[in-house]
Amino acid sequence: MARITIDPVTRIEGHLKIDVEIEGGKVKDAWTSGTLFRGFEIILKGRDPRDAWHLTQRICGVCPTSHGHTSSMSMDDAFKIKPPDNGRIIRNIVEGCQFVHSHILWFYHLAALDYVDVVAALKAQPKEASLKKVQAKLKSFVESGQLGPFANGYWGHPAYKLPPDLNLLAVAHYLEALDMQAKAAQLSALFGGRMPMTMTSPPGGSTHVPTVDDIANYLFRIKELQNWIDTVYVPDVLAIAPYYLDYAGVGKGHANFLSWGVFEDASFDPKKRLLPRGAIFAEDFPKVHDAKPEDVTEHTSHSWYKGTQPLNPSIGETDPEYTEYDPNKKYTWAKAPRLKNKPMEAGALARMLVAYASGQPTAKKLIDNTLAAIGHAGKPQVLLGVVGRIAARALECKMVADSMYQWGLDIVENIKKGKAEVYTPYEIPDKAKGIGLWEAPRGALGHWLDVEGKKIKNYQCVVPTTWNVCPRDDKGVRGPIEEALVGTAVVNPEKPLEVLRVVHSFDPCLACTVHVIHPESNRIMQFKVS
Amino acid sequence: MGDREEISKQFLGTFEFQGIKRRDFLKFCGATAALLGLSESFIPKIAAAIEKASKRPPVVWLNFASDSGCTEALIKATYPNAADLVLDILSVDYNETIMAAAGKQAEEILQNSKKAGDYILIVEGGVPTKKGHGMIAGKEMLDILKEFSGPAVAILAVGSCATFGGVPAAKPNPSQIIGVTEALKKVGVKKAVVNLDLCPVNVEYLVAVVVNYLLLGKLPELDSFGRPKMFYGQTIHENCERRANFDAGRFVETFGSNEEALGYCLYKMGCKGPMTYSACPKVMYNDRISWCVKSGGPCIGCAEHGWPDKFAGFYERLPDVKLPGIQATADKIGAVAGVATAVGIAAHAIATKSSGRGKGEKEGGNK
Repeated sequence: MARITIDPVTRIEGHLKIDVEIEGGKVKDAWTSGTLFRGFEIILKGRDPRDAWHLTQRICGVCPTSHGHTSSMSMDDAFKIKPPDNGRIIRNIVEGCQFVHSHILWFYHLAALDYVDVVAALKAQPKEASLKKVQAKLKSFVESGQLGPFANGYWGHPAYKLPPDLNLLAVAHYLEALDMQAKAAQLSALFGGRMPMTMTSPPGGSTHVPTVDDIANYLFRIKELQNWIDTVYVPDVLAIAPYYLDYAGVGKGHANFLSWGVFEDASFDPKKRLLPRGAIFAEDFPKVHDAKPEDVTEHTSHSWYKGTQPLNPSIGETDPEYTEYDPNKKYTWAKAPRLKNKPMEAGALARMLVAYASGQPTAKKLIDNTLAAIGHAGKPQVLLGVVGRIAARALECKMVADSMYQWGLDIVENIKKGKAEVYTPYEIPDKAKGIGLWEAPRGALGHWLDVEGKKIKNYQCVVPTTWNVCPRDDKGVRGPIEEALVGTAVVNPEKPLEVLRVVHSFDPCLACTVHVIHPESNRIMQFKVS
Repeated sequence: MGDREEISKQFLGTFEFQGIKRRDFLKFCGATAALLGLSESFIPKIAAAIEKASKRPPVVWLNFASDSGCTEALIKATYPNAADLVLDILSVDYNETIMAAAGKQAEEILQNSKKAGDYILIVEGGVPTKKGHGMIAGKEMLDILKEFSGPAVAILAVGSCATFGGVPAAKPNPSQIIGVTEALKKVGVKKAVVNLDLCPVNVEYLVAVVVNYLLLGKLPELDSFGRPKMFYGQTIHENCERRANFDAGRFVETFGSNEEALGYCLYKMGCKGPMTYSACPKVMYNDRISWCVKSGGPCIGCAEHGWPDKFAGFYERLPDVKLPGIQATADKIGAVAGVATAVGIAAHAIATKSSGRGKGEKEGGNK
């Protein structure tokens, strides 16, 4: 039996350590550990609630917008207000920009190097001038001896399956995609001031009043992104998929999926969002269960906190207490959230499967067409696992970008009708409670807010990566990534490429996860710096 | 003149070879020269400085207690874009978010960099000093900083977490996080740190500092907080595009209002521009598309030492800002709501600490 530790896990955001036990060439057991603690909820306590939407954006520099929106939604809920229609649409647009940038970045820059052998691209024999140019550039880069971010990759590993030409094409698109994700961020800036850390979605709606110039600028830019997603991103996924279809069953895990839903419909009904709210248990697709915040509990028996009682976030109580790394006891800063006591996978695959099972027409058509294209018509089960997570992000990216164009037109339509308001004024009540449930690109995101004396009495976040990267719960049931790793074949324990593929497929973002703490008791006082 | 063209041609040839488009490269050099406050004649010299280096300057980018927002900012660079910056201009040997290697292989790269030395060390994130609160590969982040700061040729702390602790170091600072300068002092390393404060870092500031280093062989002149004077020498208020409206006493009273659409001043909405030193209005973000105030978001002061606590209560009006109005002519005042007098505006702005949007402001926030 061999034990492999990967620390740091790279090409993710934040600090993650993975431990796997290998027996007979396969992963027998796995432990995920978040190794940074910041304690945002402690910091938020006692502050002006309106500051929370700025501060919680700093939980994650990759999906700040989602945290900002979720925070503002928790206040909209607590203050009993709703954004006007154009305010709602602008929030959708700014969120959409983030989804598009995030999925492009994840696929090309965080995940693709697990499937694309950069060095093997030198063996390609391209005919196109543009590809020849990229190859020449790559050649001079490799010959310089300074491989930069490509140094020490697992190049030449037998699990790389693409022919040289496809490797080269992917490298070319890796470079192109850097520009495209930056363009998506520029779009966020158009309405949000800048990205990362957008500035314009406080409780009540939006501070930005769109001009005709903004909309024209926006529509042309989103068209460019749509075109690139349709002609490069989605085709790349479809071109690479056949070489890795044997990976379809790998990394399946518990096959429980949670989506709080994202992109608000005019009805403000979470089941009518572009990607609707719901849960799927044990790959039972036809059935979509209600997903309710009261069904959430967080376990701490294997995390560096005092106390072992699983509690709902609204009444949670946590005391950070670092002890040594011990896989049999406590081994991570992440808590273990559960829905109806089940570990849940969050992310694009969860959203797209819930949408599919809910009969969302666009999601259904996209998934059915893709299944047909890869020779698995009518069998959505093939999407459970690593390949499905890759496909789901690409399809979702297309779905969101297409909707974004329409949202731009919707704003114009509203302005024409004289419905130009973007912001609803309010007063902070003395006492109020609110919940924001939304989706970051990485999955289900919830903010629980409690206001007293117009200040934050309590603030709790249960974030996407906590769902995915969490440790075992009280009953010893593994978290989704831990479970997904079990059974994965590892050809060379010195170069555990297959482990990285499974971990990366969840798009973990530890910046998100490792702050989770709930300051209910006065015990937090002991952490004040003297 | 002829000389300049000749030099320019030579270098551009080199860059063509490296696959950088001529137009992009010129734009990059021009933008950089402007950022550095240099005349156009420096453009070819900038090109020369980059070209002259026999190898690309190695960069080790360490990420500690952060949200990776500064890495995100880096990969959204436009002139030069991320590909050119990471692959052609610098040799970004270690950055956990983008590097192909993981675990043992990543560690090996870091050790090799240490042996070779003379790298530019860029630190993102604050340094936790509470045991077990920040670890990579089993090592405390504070120890990692100590180990890799020694061989560095220059140290840049990017973003407000790395400079002075930032949001995770806000009260009560649960992981006892400190900025890089303070952390180096704590472990006895005597080295200057360039602090690029802001949350997240403005990638154009970062690029300009690196180019300044390549061009002149030294770091830019710093202020008392270790921030380059060229970017942190003036307040946001001084260069704000809404400044004329402030001077004329024209203020936004409600977000999303007609006054906002007209670009009136956000001071009454809590804008911290008058107390925040940064070139945001000049340099802007995301290919200079916009910045906070332009989009209708009041400045929250993220470029400043002591942020966020110093400015918490982001939507509370700054006290002690000398308001205009007295000097304004009747014509200017005429553009404001119609009835208010100049004195009235100033008095109103001072007296009503709360604009009526949030009565909770009376308690004075977290200050």
